[in-house]
Amino acid sequence: MNDPLILSSSPHINSRETIPSLMLHVCLALLPAILIGIYSFGLDALWIILVSIVFSLLFEAATQKLMKRPLSILDGSALVTAILLALNLPPTIPLWMVIIGAFFAIVIGKQVYGGLGHNPFNPALVGRVVLLISFPAQMTRWAFPSHPIFSRAAADALSGATPLGWVKTHLMSHGQLPSVLPFNLQQLFLGQSGGCIGEISALALLIGGIYLTWKKIIPWVIPLAFIGTTFFITSLFWLISPGHFINPLYHLFSGGLFLGAIFMATDLVTTPVTRAGMILFGIGCGVLTAVIRLFGGYPEGVSFAILLMNAVTPLLDRWTRPKIFGEVRKS
Amino acid sequence: MKNLILHHFPGGIHPRDEKSLTEHLPIEDAPIPSRVFIPISQHIGAPAEPLVKPGDNVTVGDKIAEARGFVSANIHASVTGIVRSIKPYPNATGRKATAIEIETRGDNQTFTPEKERKDALSLPPQTLIPFIREAGIVGMGGATFPTHVKLSPPENKPIHTLIINGVECEPFLTADHRLMLEFTPEILEGIQYLRHVLGCNFTYMAIESNKPDAIDLMDQASRGRKIHVISLPMRYPQGAEKQLIKTIVGKEVPSGGLPMDVGAVVQNVGSTFAIYEAIRWGKPLIERVTTVTGRGITTPKNLRIRIGTPVKDILELCGGWRESPGKLILGGPMMGMNQYDDSIPVTKGTSGILLLPSEDVGPYHPHTCIRCGKCVTVCPMGLLPNYLGVFSEHARFTDAERYNLLDCIECGSCTFSCPAKRPLVQLIRYAKGEVLRRRKKAAAK
Repeated sequence: MNDPLILSSSPHINSRETIPSLMLHVCLALLPAILIGIYSFGLDALWIILVSIVFSLLFEAATQKLMKRPLSILDGSALVTAILLALNLPPTIPLWMVIIGAFFAIVIGKQVYGGLGHNPFNPALVGRVVLLISFPAQMTRWAFPSHPIFSRAAADALSGATPLGWVKTHLMSHGQLPSVLPFNLQQLFLGQSGGCIGEISALALLIGGIYLTWKKIIPWVIPLAFIGTTFFITSLFWLISPGHFINPLYHLFSGGLFLGAIFMATDLVTTPVTRAGMILFGIGCGVLTAVIRLFGGYPEGVSFAILLMNAVTPLLDRWTRPKIFGEVRKS
Repeated sequence: MKNLILHHFPGGIHPRDEKSLTEHLPIEDAPIPSRVFIPISQHIGAPAEPLVKPGDNVTVGDKIAEARGFVSANIHASVTGIVRSIKPYPNATGRKATAIEIETRGDNQTFTPEKERKDALSLPPQTLIPFIREAGIVGMGGATFPTHVKLSPPENKPIHTLIINGVECEPFLTADHRLMLEFTPEILEGIQYLRHVLGCNFTYMAIESNKPDAIDLMDQASRGRKIHVISLPMRYPQGAEKQLIKTIVGKEVPSGGLPMDVGAVVQNVGSTFAIYEAIRWGKPLIERVTTVTGRGITTPKNLRIRIGTPVKDILELCGGWRESPGKLILGGPMMGMNQYDDSIPVTKGTSGILLLPSEDVGPYHPHTCIRCGKCVTVCPMGLLPNYLGVFSEHARFTDAERYNLLDCIECGSCTFSCPAKRPLVQLIRYAKGEVLRRRKKAAAK
């Protein structure tokens, strides 16, 4: 035999799944939300997404070059971050802010920690929250979906705020809910309301979520625990005082709940690896989201909830180590 | 077939089974090699003590090395010929190990039994164990634990369940499958001997559902003999001892314990056949059925091979490498041992000779862990392989031990599933070695 044999430890076969293939599936799953976003907000949305992608990849490559790390912009992780960041921005945002967001997401949110796998916080949300805190006015100025099926009357009633934002403002000034809410549930579900580029259609996000669950890329327990908990808490308050708290279904389909629960609370790197940890993570996100939405200063709390839960992920992993096979309980 | 409530072991994976390469090929006898190299340690436990010296004439079936201690096994001449040397020789473990070299001489190469033992089932149970011990039988699924030890549980550990392991969950391998098809009555007789020895109440024959012909045949043949043939859904590592016991008995072998702690004994199909031969015919373990397979071999075969036959001879018999050589593996693709030298001999634990062409075997470039948790989901022992891997990389062996490092059965499910292509089993093995070395050192102080 002349050719040398290859030597390695077992096992000698691998599944075909790789990091790029995982990321590609996530991108595919985001496609319905991207398309609805572009359909609703037109070229503005498309530009924001493209600028986010180009600059995220650029920042990733530049940082890796600077830190003398191997280039890995083709692994798809920066692409996913870029798309998620764009989908979390209002369609009216100036493009230079998108670039700042991409910088914070990729460089501060990810690369300074050591790159993919080492970042404790969801990079796209780091980018979004930096923008939200730095430029509150621009980050909460909303355009209305301009496609033909959109009802003009609802747009007039809304006068430039998201459904949740409008409700919050109204509550603060009037002390109670309006008799008629700006959008009905069907409009919210399909994506005919105002909001960030990617969050408007719960249906499109749900389709992506089902795809990722079917491909076993995201654990369904996190979105279920997250959305379920938010629903449960908002229901409780609604039942107690329907005059002051909106219908829980309204909470479900408006704002960033589906986008966050399906695509960002399931980020592989920043969430627990154990089953029980995942459930606690989802419940934690749900509680924080509901509390911020109902009692906080911000109308929306999904981003903050996920980032706060990211911070306790290592603890959740430690507390929820699975029972090992044949565990002998020490008495 | 008995309808049994099967219990679920955690985790597991579904690799492609790849058995179509050899599952329809009847077992053939490999030709007698011109030279065999028989290692004196082919089992877990102490190496056997050679009984011959260079220049001695031996006949096929002669005992050439004697078990040293209780956990050890006899070694027999697999051919008739002259002992040429007793010296270190390349071995499947990757190290050199003492082997007895026999040069084949003469035509008398078939084992001839002295007598047929027909009354074994009427003998006192304990008297059958010496036959098994004498024949040098070990676990032939790959673990090579001496069988007579398994069959001699202490008084306070009564055995109520015997499980015959025909699962063969490793992809590619079909040796056990062919044995069940071609030697059905012999295997059933072996089961009866085992049951007689153990005095157990329940006997199960576990076969994975990808072998419907073997399930049917075994089921028909065992009717009325209180042997329950069970078809198990395919999930690797279903055939691992602890997982198999959990599935059938519903009890978990305690961490650090043995199957006898939950009243069960598991025997591989190949071992069961060897037990039949040993008790009925007094035939020692001098040959075994091995699957020669993989996309790298020209003609895949199921072969009965004399122990000590160089793998090189077998590869020549099967037409050699078909494509550019990649990996030569003894055993299956999930747990088999990778070889750098094809002069190593076939031993009692060699269930397969697997050749993978170079384009099928990496190289992989491991990434840092992306914490996807796939390894946690698939681990059949409920461990956190991602953390064990990181602890190992950072030499945090105490932490690794606290995370139940030593419970890992090295089934490879985690590495198989890892999208970051991290060599988790390798990292875990390394950490295990370090932990055991430190324990030894501490004990010596």
